[in-house]
This record gives sequence, structure tokens and C-alpha cells, in this order.
Amino acid sequence: MKKATFRGGIHLDGHKELTGCLETVVAHIPDRLYIPLSQHIGAPCVPLVIVGDRVKKGQKIGASKGFVSAPIHASVSGTVVAIELMEHPGGSFVPCIVIENDRKEEWAESVTPRSDPASLTPDELRAIILEAGIVGKGGATFPSHVKYAPVEGKIVDTVILNGVECEPYLTTDHRLMLERSASIVAGLVYIMRAVGCDRGIIAIEENKMDAVEVMEKAAAEAKNITIVVLKEKYPQGSEKQLIYACTGREVPVGGLPLAVGVIVNNVGTASALARAVELGIPFIGRNVTVSGPGIRNPANYRVRIGTLFSELIKQSGGYVGEVEKIIAGGPMMGKTVFSDNLPVVKGTSGIIVFTKAESRSSKEFACVRCAKCIDVCPAFLEPTSLVRLSKRKAWEDAEQADAMSCIECSSCVYVCPAQIPLIQHIRRAKQAILAAKARPQG
Amino acid sequence: MTTSNELLVVTSSPHVHSPDSVPNAMRDVLIALVPALIAGLYFFRLPALAVIVACVASAYAAEIVCLKVMKKPQTGEVSAIITGLLLAFCIPPHLPIWMAVLGSVFSIVIAKHLFGGLGQNIFNPALIGRAFLLASFPVAMTSWNSPLDGMTTASPLGIMKEATGQALPSLVELFLGNISGSIGETSALALLLGGAYLLYRGHIDWRIPGSFLGTVFILMSIAGGIKGAGIWYPFFHLFAGGLLLGAFFMATDWVTTPVTKLGRLVFGIGCGSLVVLIRLKGGYPEGVAYSILLMNLVTPLIDRYTRARVFGRVKSHA
Repeated sequence: MKKATFRGGIHLDGHKELTGCLETVVAHIPDRLYIPLSQHIGAPCVPLVIVGDRVKKGQKIGASKGFVSAPIHASVSGTVVAIELMEHPGGSFVPCIVIENDRKEEWAESVTPRSDPASLTPDELRAIILEAGIVGKGGATFPSHVKYAPVEGKIVDTVILNGVECEPYLTTDHRLMLERSASIVAGLVYIMRAVGCDRGIIAIEENKMDAVEVMEKAAAEAKNITIVVLKEKYPQGSEKQLIYACTGREVPVGGLPLAVGVIVNNVGTASALARAVELGIPFIGRNVTVSGPGIRNPANYRVRIGTLFSELIKQSGGYVGEVEKIIAGGPMMGKTVFSDNLPVVKGTSGIIVFTKAESRSSKEFACVRCAKCIDVCPAFLEPTSLVRLSKRKAWEDAEQADAMSCIECSSCVYVCPAQIPLIQHIRRAKQAILAAKARPQG
Repeated sequence: MTTSNELLVVTSSPHVHSPDSVPNAMRDVLIALVPALIAGLYFFRLPALAVIVACVASAYAAEIVCLKVMKKPQTGEVSAIITGLLLAFCIPPHLPIWMAVLGSVFSIVIAKHLFGGLGQNIFNPALIGRAFLLASFPVAMTSWNSPLDGMTTASPLGIMKEATGQALPSLVELFLGNISGSIGETSALALLLGGAYLLYRGHIDWRIPGSFLGTVFILMSIAGGIKGAGIWYPFFHLFAGGLLLGAFFMATDWVTTPVTKLGRLVFGIGCGSLVVLIRLKGGYPEGVAYSILLMNLVTPLIDRYTRARVFGRVKSHA
């Protein structure tokens, strides 16, 4: 069978063997949890508790402000001991609610199983999803209820669950599909109901055939859900490339997946959503892969939100070698952080540690027009031409050349033999274009 | 072991990189040129060695001086050595050394650095060097000697063009390189080996040599048919002259050829058509160098008109 995919992209050394076959283990719950008031794209939350308050597990402690936002919840029961600024894996400083864990694991009263989840209306489903603080688990952390909100004149006919996990090292989605297949399928059914469509796709890369088998079994009962096996290629999990591979539809430039009638969610999001709908459990935990050459015992963990990176690294046997970088997320699009004193947030899919041995001198050469960046660009751009325009500050020309279509997958930088930081130049052009648009006219 | 006080290294994504690098690619090009180098030295002996050493050394020296004068950092990369070697490969083995040096310096100074240096030149520097020498010293640049014995003779393409009545070499001799010609162009076998290596290493796109050689083969088959010559005729044109050297090592130069896949096909077809035109209808017996230079000239135009449709630039679904 010819496996579906997109045009362009690169083949990466996945290093999935480090953790792919390791069952997800429940991470030790620390004495203190640090829960940032902003863990999603959109407006930060306002705290609902003050220092000294007792909180229960699953209790809402931060309320969302504005439409694009999601509330946050206590991931343990205990006492609020501080609300202080802390560094966030995203790079900014964010107020965090610090909870001293009382180890009683006492659930909030709001957390109650629903007897009739199958009879919920789309509006009720969206309200539950909003209240549970469900956001995209793939990394962009877009609030899910916003994604499902009906848009005038747009009809959704397909929901795609992204189980591609094309970033090297990460195996949380892989494990989740093996271990929680029923809740993923249930979540997909709820999403389909929430958006009013009857076609569901679960997309998985060919390097996870065991997950394909398990998911096929889990989805056998469900009507209108198909498993699509995709070629192993980066960035196969990128939203627009995924939609193209699964449906043959191209999301128009500047458009959302909705423009072609599709909604994409991560498999982890679906699973969290099913727990919220059926059991009333909000988003208080997630799976995290701790891996990389700088980790003694790589593992997949089920982690409470607010657990420090350092705690997980300690549980993994600590560091090996001379640690140079810690990446929150995957090595292609993840962000490096200054220290391991950071909390796991809703978007933390992995903690990857590199040592000095992995570092590479970055001596930049002149562009020799080898065109490798053009060959691999999944948006069909000419990265090297955009860099030339960006260097000249020819922002209008860069916009004409569709700089805004860059999905920042970094494939071009990966292949560039001249080690040119193409992505930084293109990001700069994008920023300049956005700034020019935002400026009031006249 | 890290601690919470010690700051880690922070960089922008991606945090992994392919092992490819420009110096590695240049090293591979040099490796790919070794078979033709050995063939050239075997067939043309000491005079060839002298020309090669002169071209390479003067190209590298010119590079260092240019970077110094232009106050640019010395990169230590070997592109100038490649240019010098390629120039030596497309000039006659008995060319006076001072002419070879002049051509080599012209390649580096005029064709490369005056256009902005590595990555900025419009024309293939080695071919500009050859064109400069051919225009300046037409007699020396078209005086050929037999391989091994060094006797004065005509090139196979010259024999065909002038119809001097001299016997044409056999296809086997053409393939092995036991013919008169420029230092590095005579052995089709050696050039094919080098080209295969570059293709295998992924440094060149098959589209350029494929469409270039394919075009010459098809058009020469037609021309041969009209002339009543046999199937040997297109093969003769493939193996004779600088076609294989040009198709694998010069028309594939990253800097001076199109960056789009379709553009590379257009480029190859253009080169092939021009070679056929020059060889059959032009004043010169050989036209590979000029065909590539002319196509270098239109490369920006080809790139512009073969640009890919950006993902999502589709007709509205509404």
C-alpha cells in the first residue's frame, strides 16, 4: 500500500527506540507544584485562590478571561503557599500558583462522573471542554472549545486526530495510543459530536504499526472512524501537511483548517477530553517523554501539571555526560530553556537533554544556492530567496513571496550545508510584515 | 551535571542538523574529479601535470589574495581548487603554462570575486576562464596532441567538423579517453564514474545531466538519421569533446544553475540544444562551454518562471 504523505520534508533519525517500547509510568508527585496561570495561547488566567487557601485536586484555581483562553486547575490537593513569578518553558515569566501537596489526593466536588455522556448536546460538550481547561496537547496549546465553536458559513466534515508524532525522541502519543486507545476513540467521537460532523480520521506514522493495530481494534466498533497510515517523514504532523496527506485538501494561504472543513486535534487532547466529558476530570496531568543522550534512564511519564523538570530528570536517574541543552518539546521545534527549574505545563510533550557531544560548530558559510532548502520546504517556499529579501529588509517583497506561509518547521535549517539560520531570517521578515499590517493606516 | 544556578546553552530551533556541510560537499566534488584526473595524467603525462598544478596553485593563490584585498575572512574552503582543476580539465595539455595561469587568475578574480565571491557569481568561473583563453589565444587553445605520444593532431570533433578525411577514433577509444582533447574531458568512463559518485552522494540533481545528455542524444540521433549515419553518431557526440565533463561537473554547479527542479530540466534541455546547434551549425567544432555559459545567463529568468506554486495557493473552495 502506498502510504499517504505530503511533498517535501526530511527524514530524521528518530531515536524513538530509547522510549518507544517503555510503558508510561506514573511520575512521583512532588511536595510542591508550580502551576502557571498561562499555559495556552490566548489571555492568561486570573487566580481564584489566595495564599493560604486549601485547594482540592481538580479544583479550578485560575479563571479564563476572554474567549481564547482556558482555565487552570489544581493538580493535587493541598495549600496555596505562594503566587509568584516563575520562568515558563515558553520563555516568559508567568505568575504561578504554588501548591504544597498534602498527599491526600482529595478530589474537588466538581469532579463527578457523568451518567449520560452520550446524550450531551454540542453546546453542553463545548461548555464541559472549556470548563475542563482542555487545550491542544501537540504543543501549540490552542484552547479546544474555541476550535469547536461554530463559525458562520463554515461546515466541518472531518475531524483528524494527530497521532503522527514526527519529532525525534518523543513517544508520548505513541504510548498513549497503545495504552489509552479506548479513551482516544471516545474523545474523537465527542469532538465529532461537538462540531457536528460524521467523519473521523486517526493519522499515525508508519513507524508505529503497533499503535495502528491497537487503534484499529479500538475504532472497529465506532462508525465512520478510519485509521490512516502515513509515511515517516518530518513534518508529517504539521497541521496543513497532515490535512493534505489525509484528505488531499490544501488549506489556503493564510487560512485555518476550517476553510477546508477540517479540525485537527492531537490524540492526547482527545483522550484528555474524554476523561473530562465522562469522568469530569479537568486537564491536570499529561504524558511527558524524558529522553536524549544526556538522560541516564529515558522514560515516558504520566505527570501532574506543575511538576518541575528537575524532579522528572531526577527520577530518570539524572544526567549523563556534560549537559549542554534542555529542550522543552522536540529537537526540531522545541525551545531550549536556561535551567531545569521549570514546571511541566499543558504543552510540555517532552524534555530532551543534549550533551556537549551533540553540539555542532555553527560556522556559517555563504549560500551556494544548493537549493536543498527549496527541495525540502513543505510549504513550497524558497527559503534562501526569503532570507535574501529579509537581509535586505525588503519586507513587501518577502510578503509577495509568501513569507507568511512559512510554518517554521525548520526543515530548511536542518538540511542547509552552509548552516545559515534561515528560520531566524524568515521569522524576522514575518514579524516585520505583521508589524506593518498592525500599524494604523494614514 | 547541571544545577539550577548554572545556565544552560540556549539556541533557536532546530537543535539537530544534518551532517551535510559545504566543505564536505566540496571535498566530494574533488573526489569525483579524481578518476578524470588519473585519466588525464595517464594520457597526457607531464605536460598535463604541469598545466594542472599551475591552474590549481594559481587559482588558490588568487583566492587568498582576493579575500585579503577585499578584507574578507579566509574561509579555507576548497572551491578555488575545484575551479582551478576544472579549468585545467577543459584546456589543451600542451597549453603554455603562463596562459594557464592567466586563465586561472581570470576565473577567480574576474568571474568569481568581482561578482561578490563564493555563491554570488553569475557564470561558472572555470568556463569563463576557458572562454577568456579561447578568445585571447585561439590557436594555442585549439592545438591538440595525440594522447601518449604527444603528436600534433586534430580533435575528434574537429575532424568531424572540418571533414579533413582523417580517420575518426572508435567509440571504444572515445569511451576510454584514448583521444586528443582537453586534459580532463577525454575519458567518458572516468567522467561517468565521477558523475555517478556525485549523484550517489546527492550533491547533484539527475535532472541536469539527464536532460542535458538526453537532449543531445535525441537531437543528434535525428541529425544522424538525416545524414544517414548510424547509431554510432549520437554516441560519438556524447563521448567526444567536453560534453560529459560539462554535463556532470559544470552544468551542475550549484551557484550558477537554477534552484527549482523544473528549472533544472529547462536548463539541461537548453544546454543540450545549444550544444547541438553550435556543433552542427556554429563556427566551432565544440560548444559545451558556451552553451553552459549562455544558460548561466538566463538562470535567474528560469528560476523566476519555474517557481513552485506555494502550498495553499489554490483556487478558493467556496
